[in-house]
Amino acid sequence: MNRDDFRAGLRGGFPVMLSASPFGALFGALAVDNGFSVADAVFMSATVYAGASQMVGIELFGNNVQPWLVVLSVFAVNFRHVLYSASIAKHIRHYTLVQKLLAFFLLVDPQYAESERRAERGLPVTFSWYLGFGLVIYFPWILNTLIGALFGQLIGDPKAIGLDVLLPIYFLGLVLGFRKRDRFLPVVATSAVASVAAMHFVGSPWHVSIGALAGILLAAVLPPEHRLRQEHAPVEKEA
Amino acid sequence: MDAQHLNLIYLMVAAALATFATRFGGYVLITQLKRIPPRLEAALNAVPAAVLTTLVAPAFVYGGFDVAAAMLVAFAIGLRFSTLRMLLVGWVVVMVIRHAIL
Repeated sequence: MNRDDFRAGLRGGFPVMLSASPFGALFGALAVDNGFSVADAVFMSATVYAGASQMVGIELFGNNVQPWLVVLSVFAVNFRHVLYSASIAKHIRHYTLVQKLLAFFLLVDPQYAESERRAERGLPVTFSWYLGFGLVIYFPWILNTLIGALFGQLIGDPKAIGLDVLLPIYFLGLVLGFRKRDRFLPVVATSAVASVAAMHFVGSPWHVSIGALAGILLAAVLPPEHRLRQEHAPVEKEA
Repeated sequence: MDAQHLNLIYLMVAAALATFATRFGGYVLITQLKRIPPRLEAALNAVPAAVLTTLVAPAFVYGGFDVAAAMLVAFAIGLRFSTLRMLLVGWVVVMVIRHAIL
């Protein structure tokens, strides 16, 4: 371990930690609102460690969606991480196997983005730096979840303090984050219409699978809008 | 621990493994796979927006006037500003409608 690199990592991750904190607390509060215990919420933040997909997970679980669909949705929301781990491979080749496993576990959006930037500036992505950057985000994420969950338990009626509107807006923000992608508008329009219709005619939770499938099938059938392959892979924002 | 709670624990462990698979999978793929077929790539690319839209659209249509209004305003904010601001403004809108207007 290199102490200077570790400290540089801590410093670099600190602002990321600050901006992620409200989302950690929000997750904790909403998880409790969706029927999770405080311990469940903390457990999920500690094991999954991926803000957006955790939110999707609690929403779907609260609606008694089939377990396979919950896991698939978490996988889908985090799918961009496949691109991260593919492109970060060249910078962390020198890590030991255990270091690699730990690095992949901590590979959230800002961790990936900063690692790439560091490599671009010609600095080595040492394990000490990577760990410092990762841990200063990881542990506060769990702590903020705990705070939000405890706070959420004190709330009587989530509707009276407007908590119920936050999750759909959060998801709306996530959808907007993908708006630069090929076929975004037709996919969103199709999934929106299909999910609303499915909600009306079939009922929850089927609106999720039916709506999602409609948009995904359309994307597979439509011709591509433009041929910007591979190098586009933007770093999408996530809590 | 009752059965439903046990199921939740299993579910969270599965979700954690699925997440780890995405963070590890690219590393494995890059050393194995030559290329992904274009239609599969297009489908995979559409997955997050398609899934997330199904969580947004019904809430907008069936959530009531207050929720729809907050989501519309948040949408306008989200085209320019961060998710945090979307949440803040949307929350203010819904609170004003519920406590000051209705």
